[in-house]
Amino acid sequence: MLLLKDIQKSFIEPDGKTLPILGIEEFCVARGEQMVLVGRSGSGKTTLLHVIAGISRPDQGVVEIAGRDITQLSEAGRDRFRAEKIGYVFQTFNLLPAFSALENVLLGMTFTRKAANVARARELLDRVGLGQRLTHRPAALSVGEQQRVAVARALANKPQILLADEPTANIDTGNQQQIVDLIRETCREEEVALVMVTHTPEVCSQFDRVDELAEINRVAKRAK
Amino acid sequence: MLTGLSIALGTALVVIVLVVYGVVAESFRDAAQGYHLILGAKGGKLQLTLNTVFHLSQPIENIPYSFYKEFTEYKDADGRPTRGKYASAVEVAVPYCLGDSYQEFRVVGTTPDLFNKLSYGTFPDGTPKFYEFSAGKNFTADDFRGAVIGAVAAKKTGLQVGDHFPITHGLAEDEDAHVHEEDAFHVVGILRPTGTPNDRAVFVNMEGFYLIADHAKPVEAEDDEAEGPQATQIVQLREAKDSLQQLLERDTLSAEASTEIERIDGLLRTILGKLSPSKAEVKKSQSAGKSPDDVAGSADGGTTGGIAPLPENQREVTSVLLLLKNDVFSQILHNKINEGSVAQAVYPSREVAKLFEGIVGHVQTILLILAILVVVVAGVGVMVSMYNSMSDRSREIGIMRALGAARVTVMSIVLFEAILLAVLGGVAGVCLGHGTIGAFAPVITANTGVMINFWEWAPAIYLGGWSVSPELVLIPSLLLLAVVVGFLPAVVAYRTDVSRALSHSP
Repeated sequence: MLLLKDIQKSFIEPDGKTLPILGIEEFCVARGEQMVLVGRSGSGKTTLLHVIAGISRPDQGVVEIAGRDITQLSEAGRDRFRAEKIGYVFQTFNLLPAFSALENVLLGMTFTRKAANVARARELLDRVGLGQRLTHRPAALSVGEQQRVAVARALANKPQILLADEPTANIDTGNQQQIVDLIRETCREEEVALVMVTHTPEVCSQFDRVDELAEINRVAKRAK
Repeated sequence: MLTGLSIALGTALVVIVLVVYGVVAESFRDAAQGYHLILGAKGGKLQLTLNTVFHLSQPIENIPYSFYKEFTEYKDADGRPTRGKYASAVEVAVPYCLGDSYQEFRVVGTTPDLFNKLSYGTFPDGTPKFYEFSAGKNFTADDFRGAVIGAVAAKKTGLQVGDHFPITHGLAEDEDAHVHEEDAFHVVGILRPTGTPNDRAVFVNMEGFYLIADHAKPVEAEDDEAEGPQATQIVQLREAKDSLQQLLERDTLSAEASTEIERIDGLLRTILGKLSPSKAEVKKSQSAGKSPDDVAGSADGGTTGGIAPLPENQREVTSVLLLLKNDVFSQILHNKINEGSVAQAVYPSREVAKLFEGIVGHVQTILLILAILVVVVAGVGVMVSMYNSMSDRSREIGIMRALGAARVTVMSIVLFEAILLAVLGGVAGVCLGHGTIGAFAPVITANTGVMINFWEWAPAIYLGGWSVSPELVLIPSLLLLAVVVGFLPAVVAYRTDVSRALSHSP
């Protein structure tokens, strides 16, 4: 389902020096598989998610999702691929404050070639327990509810893979488990592969596969 | 919001300038239509047009009544129907006697033909607009003290049909102006609003106007019936006689000269003797209440309630409106009259066009430039405001990009926002402009006579063979402005780095 091969990614620092971030020989996630990626701050977790999502292009290597090497696509092609095949849940939810819960989910459907499916947006919000709060704006929702909206938005286009970047980091302990359960359950129901980045040991302990980024990323390994 | 409001205000200003200028221009053009030429004393063409058509500025000198008659059909001294020298080319000749006022409004001594036979302007389908009365009717030729009041003048003076009013000899601003309390006129009709300067004037029967004290032209005692070529002959003969007499007194001429003087005297007596009707006859007819044309056999005559008309040799007119039988005559008559020494002829429409191009047009251009500058400044305000907001909105842009929005999509969204702001601001501005015009319309109409209302669109201009209202060009222009001012913020949105934008804390 997801295959990363010979990935190299570096940034140019303000002084002109090259700063290597990723050096991954191979990284695979199977269809419907749920796994956790752990690593210390600055080890390149978010950069890796950006490379998988096609937000950043690796300096070299292959990023294959559902049999398609997205590094070969143009930027616009990667944007469309991301809209249709990849779901993304952010640590800070990233909901648009001027939009209601329903509109935020519909926004996730706007950038595909298909027309926005209001019924699916309602169904997803209902599934995450916000069926009664469709018209509420983010400011009127609790942080837990905001992350639920973000999860619903990420799944709106029936993606093949869901990337969750520390989705419980800004949520109180009581709500953390609910969010994790919600993400895992909905991914299971929709047969979506899940790559979740987290620092929380309680969350890690629930997954069968937990990868230490430092083990797969040569750059992080050297720094370690 | 504020930037949208500034666009709305700028657009409203443009609309107001376009509509008000357009309506005023149309009103000016209408005022100068309905006749071909204005005849008046030699002098400034614009001044003649201004005081005849627009009731502004000081009237130029007068022209002889006999010259006016050359454009009419009348009865001669023997009562025979006579055609003036130019009458065959003329459909209607309407004389104007100016120089008096009532309150702030100019008084025009004229004939009923002004409202019966002349039109003002045209409807969009080309049919002429004729004068109508909101109350009463036009004055008749034999009602010497009859008056018709323009719509604005009636409203402001409060004059109604049946009211009597005295007129002031001279204009309101003249120092030596004085009121003729004894020669009051009575209102027989109130004009419907025409949107022309005639709304702001008072029209009285020319016969009554002549009879007001000080309005008669002073004449020498012996030749007061003579006019035209006869008057000139008399003057020349008198001068010759005086000159010979002086030479005789200095003994530089022989006695034969005295015989010559006697011969000139004889000639003078013969000429004066030929003048008809005789002084005695005129006096007799005046006591019977008949006009000079009656005496001369004119068809214009009628009962005048015992008031005797002023003899023709004491009459003058300030100007004459000439409606000709066809357009070709206007050029011929224009040249012919201007070649002579008595009067000048002007094309009022040309003078109005020159006035607009020369003065009013520049004022409109300046106002329009200022109004457009306001819109452009508002547009720049939109650009600055949007550009500044881009750093705040980079996270939103990053979110959209992360959800799959292409660079072009976010760029289009920002451009669309600028366009929406401009179009909504523009539409609001058009409504605001028309609303302002609508709100002030009654005041404008009451004070200036210019008819304007909420739905008044700026008169059409020609663009590539199409006739369109400049207001309709406004919205596409605003669209263009929006694209220009939205381009820079849109480029910023286009170039937003998603990773960096998402890494910013909310």
